[in-house]
Amino acid sequence: MIMGLIQARNLNKTYDNEGVLTPAVKDVTFRIDKGEFVAIMGPSGSGKSTLMQMLGFLDRPTKGEYLFDGKNTESFSDDELALIRNKKVGFVFQAFNLLPRTSVMENVELPLLYDSQREKKEMIEKKVIAALKAVNMEHRATYLSNQLSGGEKQRVAVARALVNDPEVLFADEPTGNLDSKSGIQVMKILQKLNDDGHTIILVTHETFTAEHAKRIIMMKDGDITQDFPVQNRRIARDGEILK
Amino acid sequence: MRLLDPIKISYKNILAAKFRSFLTVLGIIIGVASVIIVMAIGASAQALILDQVSDIGSNLVGVLPGGSEEKGPPAALLGTVITTLKYEDLKAILSRSNVPDVTNGSGYVTGVATAKYQDNSFSVTYQGVSSDLPAVENINVAEGRFFMPEEETNLARVVILGADRVVDFFPNVDPIGKTLTIKNLNFTVVGVLDKKGASAFSNSDQTIFVPLFTAQKLLLGIDYLNFIRVKANDPQNVTRAVSDIKITLRQRHSIEDPADDDFTVRDTAQALSTLTSVTDILKYFLASIAAISLLVGGVGVMNIMLVAVNQRIREIGLRKAVGARNHHITSQFLIEAVFITLVGGILGIITGIFISYLAAVIIRYLGNNWQFIITGQSVIIATSVTFIVGIVFGMYPARKASQVSPMEALRYE
Repeated sequence: MIMGLIQARNLNKTYDNEGVLTPAVKDVTFRIDKGEFVAIMGPSGSGKSTLMQMLGFLDRPTKGEYLFDGKNTESFSDDELALIRNKKVGFVFQAFNLLPRTSVMENVELPLLYDSQREKKEMIEKKVIAALKAVNMEHRATYLSNQLSGGEKQRVAVARALVNDPEVLFADEPTGNLDSKSGIQVMKILQKLNDDGHTIILVTHETFTAEHAKRIIMMKDGDITQDFPVQNRRIARDGEILK
Repeated sequence: MRLLDPIKISYKNILAAKFRSFLTVLGIIIGVASVIIVMAIGASAQALILDQVSDIGSNLVGVLPGGSEEKGPPAALLGTVITTLKYEDLKAILSRSNVPDVTNGSGYVTGVATAKYQDNSFSVTYQGVSSDLPAVENINVAEGRFFMPEEETNLARVVILGADRVVDFFPNVDPIGKTLTIKNLNFTVVGVLDKKGASAFSNSDQTIFVPLFTAQKLLLGIDYLNFIRVKANDPQNVTRAVSDIKITLRQRHSIEDPADDDFTVRDTAQALSTLTSVTDILKYFLASIAAISLLVGGVGVMNIMLVAVNQRIREIGLRKAVGARNHHITSQFLIEAVFITLVGGILGIITGIFISYLAAVIIRYLGNNWQFIITGQSVIIATSVTFIVGIVFGMYPARKASQVSPMEALRYE
């Protein structure tokens, strides 16, 4: 049996707000292999973001088993989770989350600074430039983050997620705050990264965006309702409009 | 993360909120500057007092009425009038057969009265002293003469003026031979003293001197002495002189047990060490009061750091999302707090030194022999206290920041 990169077994997440229990993810079981491009889709409140946060080690499940690269993550300490977030996964958020008043270079190198085996300055610079090239942003390397347009910010955020060469890239509504042209550019980059072998997990509520992935997991009220391969996958091209 | 990274981040954040950072830093500046200034003024005042005592000479011995604990102040200094010290005690001390090392000595009585010359009338401090006073206290007669030995006891109505008193009473005329009225008694001015400046115990420039018996009998109506001061022939013999004086006085006062002594003998070295310990206590007491303002500054730092944690909660979340561990976040915020306080500390030290220097210049301009003293000790104390304040008041916000869940932080609006 081929071991999946991500294996979720009866994963649950229940929020406890001062005694009021709100189940966000209920007993979901699925597997994602290396090199997949999966879109987790569903309306707001369906639990898709919560699921992504658990898969990305930003949050722990309340119940169930989560195996990453064959290892059960339940017993991992906070520091071990931080290490995985640093080395194995990258995040792209809807709100970009770049450090304000900080240069593009410095934003992208951030994960490398928290690396326990920190590399030499020249090596760090080389990696940052390579990541910026991958998103066509190397010409803005010295700009401050607040001098960029929304689309440019998101491309920098993708570069930051890529810089440590992670195994999985999580993108939570990456086009949500962008105009359609910039949105297409970001989707194009994600597809290119997937073609290059990166595993990508995309969270979105837009069918059009989800159709750029190879597989769609549909969620509703914390449950997985459908899980299917995309038949007529959309390929993002310049000039196309994101609907 | 290396040490330099959080410092860079802190620097950037301070610049990003310049005015708010300035206010926070100001609290620390005021605190540190107060400590430096108080310590500097304390050290200068201490030096001034100790200098004045040493000026009197290290071979002086004082005899005060009333017993005292070894280290504590003599009862006479606490305002109690003790009448056990007599002129005969002085005579006995000055007798070579009793205390061979003592060369000169004077009894002292002090009072305040109105003195008058023509239309000039002032309330003055007068001292009844022995004719030996110039030899005991290194006082020089500028004009005229000091008392003759016989005038000490024959109720002569003669007076000698301190330098400042000449200016008060006789601004334009030669005072020698003029008649000054004290308590409605006429005194003839026979001498004027050189200006000497204030000493630790008295200011001879503002005093007028009358013969000992004249002061006792005519002006005060008493038969005791306020104190006796004698001079030993050599500073090395002071200890022997002190013990000879004690033996002499015990014999005269029929005291067998030294614990029953009704007098206190002190030499200058003792006085210096007592004064040093008293002024040290004062200095550190004042510095610790000033340090309270540093604590207030620390609360300011804690406040701004807590605000920073809330304002930068998304940043914290992001840093955690890209791999920052809890200790990275703790140290970043802690270093930031220490950085702010140390910047304030350094500026505070500079401000404190500057203000202390300015104060010294002004006090010197006003005519005091004031030294500008900044001790390395005060700078070290201020810096280390600042450092500790930064750590103590930065710890809570830093820990709070590190405990933020990355997901909560990223969701925070």
